[in-house]
Amino acid sequence: MTEAVQTAAPTLWSSPAMQARIRRRYRSERLFKGLGLASLALACGFLLFLLASVILSGWPSFRQTQILVPVSIDAGRLGVTAAEAKADPERLRRANFQGVVQDAVDKSVGDAVPLVSEGAWLALREAVEADPALIGTHKDMWLIASSNLDQLAKGRIDLAAPEGDRPVNDQEIAAWKQLEADGKLRTAFNRTFLTAADSVDPELAGVWGALKGSFLTLVVTLLISFPVGVLAAIYLEEFAPKTRWTDVIEVSINNLAAVPSIIFGLLGLAVFLNTMNMPRSAPVVGGLTLALMTLPVIVIASRAALKAVPPSIRDAALGIGASPVQVVFHHVLPLALPGMLTGTILGMARALGETAPLLMIGMRAFLTSVPQGLAQPATVLPVQIFIWSDNVSRGFVEKTSGAILVLMAFLLAINSLAIYLRNRFEVRW
Amino acid sequence: MSLWAVLLAVLALGALGFWLGRRRALGFVAQAGSEVGAVHSRPHQHGVFVAILSLLPALAVIAAWAALAGGLVSREVLASLPEGAVGPSDLERSAFLAEVRGLVRGDYAAAFNAHAEAAAAVWKASATRYAMLFGSAALALGALGALWGWSRLTADFRARTRVERFVMLALVLASLVAILTTFGIVASLLFESFRFFQLVSPVEFLFGTQWSPQTAMRADQVGSSGAFGAVPLFWGTVFIGAIIAMLVAIPLGLMTAIYLTQYAAPGVRKVAKPVLEVLAGVPTVVYGFFAALTVAPAVRDFALSIGISNASSESALAAGLVMGVMIIPFVSSMADDALTAVPRSMRDGSLAMGATPSETIRKVLIPAALPGIVGGVLLAVSRAIGETMIVVMAAGLAARLTANPFDSVTTVTAQIVALLTGDQEFDSAKTLSAFALGLVLFLVTLALNVYALAVVKKYREAYD
Repeated sequence: MTEAVQTAAPTLWSSPAMQARIRRRYRSERLFKGLGLASLALACGFLLFLLASVILSGWPSFRQTQILVPVSIDAGRLGVTAAEAKADPERLRRANFQGVVQDAVDKSVGDAVPLVSEGAWLALREAVEADPALIGTHKDMWLIASSNLDQLAKGRIDLAAPEGDRPVNDQEIAAWKQLEADGKLRTAFNRTFLTAADSVDPELAGVWGALKGSFLTLVVTLLISFPVGVLAAIYLEEFAPKTRWTDVIEVSINNLAAVPSIIFGLLGLAVFLNTMNMPRSAPVVGGLTLALMTLPVIVIASRAALKAVPPSIRDAALGIGASPVQVVFHHVLPLALPGMLTGTILGMARALGETAPLLMIGMRAFLTSVPQGLAQPATVLPVQIFIWSDNVSRGFVEKTSGAILVLMAFLLAINSLAIYLRNRFEVRW
Repeated sequence: MSLWAVLLAVLALGALGFWLGRRRALGFVAQAGSEVGAVHSRPHQHGVFVAILSLLPALAVIAAWAALAGGLVSREVLASLPEGAVGPSDLERSAFLAEVRGLVRGDYAAAFNAHAEAAAAVWKASATRYAMLFGSAALALGALGALWGWSRLTADFRARTRVERFVMLALVLASLVAILTTFGIVASLLFESFRFFQLVSPVEFLFGTQWSPQTAMRADQVGSSGAFGAVPLFWGTVFIGAIIAMLVAIPLGLMTAIYLTQYAAPGVRKVAKPVLEVLAGVPTVVYGFFAALTVAPAVRDFALSIGISNASSESALAAGLVMGVMIIPFVSSMADDALTAVPRSMRDGSLAMGATPSETIRKVLIPAALPGIVGGVLLAVSRAIGETMIVVMAAGLAARLTANPFDSVTTVTAQIVALLTGDQEFDSAKTLSAFALGLVLFLVTLALNVYALAVVKKYREAYD
């Protein structure tokens, strides 16, 4: 046996069979590496594709088409004179602005097809309230165009399609071309989109209501989940004796972190709404629900931050006579705080993008006013995106993408803040 | 007296207590002079002790006020009404109360209901009375607490021990919130599911193949019984979340992790990792919108082009594909952890024997990291089947048992949303069934998570 090994010829690396074998192995090596690169490229490419498609379709929502209409602000039609308006602002507020704008529109662009938005008169009211002396004068105003005209002007409608297949009829197209030729159309920055709440008309809908709802909800979430999460982490990491009881707490925290978010929605519905009779659709309930969802994330991040503080610090503080509570609150906590904050901010970012649990507690509400308090009905930005995405009206596709852009901008800002905090304050021992 | 004003006053009282307590303790210190240890606790600990005694009872009263006052006032308003002024149903009552509240707040100029005007006056009087009652109780308790605490301070009073005992209590209570949440989830799901299973047998729910949860609006409607066989939902969930999504996420996520840990230059890694993090941080509603608007029509066009005539615009494939992409970063980071946990000596040994890097990865690293990778994949499955928005927006609501990826199927989460977002009576079988579905989802994800976490932990320990 040993002799046979010794007498066997050494591997002949230059033999054609061996060369072919090596080539084959190298080829499979390149293939494997290529596959890895391709899948990475695919993942990154998908992100780029997603971002590009959202930006392309969402960008126009920040632009608004306006029509130039000469408005004669007639005191008779309005039902209030300049002097009366100055004396009684409440009466001015209820004056017939709709009628005045309707007359002006009928006279200048015709009333055959709706070209000016139904909410265009609000701009006139705003202008007159700012300066009641305008009553009785003429004013050239740029009024918000209707959604169909807006889509036409932005080139979002396929004109080649037969009339029955497109959302605008030939009359509207003719009117659009006429306005364009007269120089009575312009596109301007869409202030409405950033300052208004939801509306049935796409050209009057905005994200401000949802944004404020998100803000109120997240304030509640932060106020509850941050202190409770940090305190729980301190107890589990620094004080808890190793008993079965603390094991139960640990296991339940780790599991809560992986429970589907919609289950938290069911919990909020059953406990906060049905048992405790809290108001539906309110930011306070949404905030509580999201706080329960974010809590495990914060606890886990805070424990990691506490674990990273070296034991020598605790020993030194104990050695000079600090009590265990003093050790933690005077020495360990300040050192662990940046890590805890980073974890909390990332948890908040997750809560900001969360939709499903809030649908469960009724935040899928159509609200045309901006929420004023924690117990008032509100909606949040991701839910607003969901509501708009369900809307068949063409103008809302653009609004949905626009709202996504706003949401992504906020998420980006929050995450950048977390990264900055991590780099700026985190100490490596 | 508004709630916020009282809260501010109570907080001010607490601050005053702190200041007084601290000042008194500073007095002890001055008295003791240079004698070390004559005063047991630090001055600020005395202050905190007084503040705690002042704040705790006062805040408890305010919490009770916030929780109870609305109900008490509503009851008084309803009791003040003449017989038959408001309908007997809860809906009419809450509508009436909402109107009264609007009147009180000045949202409405005039009352719609004839009795609302009078009720608004009752409301105002009653709300003011309760505010006076609770507000003065909170302030009195706060002042009494502070006074009592202040009177107990002496030079050898053990303020630190007491304050620290209170801090420990707060820490324990905070960590109990996690248990309470778990308990709340289990209890509420079990309770509502139990009510559901009184109406529908568990056997029919778990093994029935017909799902049509429409229950009758009127008792005499035809075909009103509703069918609650959830097997099509379970199949849809598995089909989208555990089959299609994993067919996308496992190969792409694993290969991405392999490339990043074994091949990529540091520069590439530095760019690719944040990109994957961004991909993981995109809200699911954005993925859902993308799936419904871009991917689903593309999938339908593709199906039509290969000759499937009745392709639906809501397909399992579109939802599964996008969900798979959403899971890629998760699988990749789990696989990344598993691969880097394999001892370097194993990799070096294989390379030294003349194996190419890819042979080393396939024959040494992956088998060694397999338990960690499998654990990560199980966690990914658990996440995919609990994912809601993508399937709500892209998968549809048709409960079908089909293996055709171009057909529309529905999932457990999509049904929960559909069942609970309408205006429903809360005790119908239809709404209760959502809780039974939630219970199944919770138990399945719990089992997956516990098992996967155990696998991952055991595997890490094996190489440590």
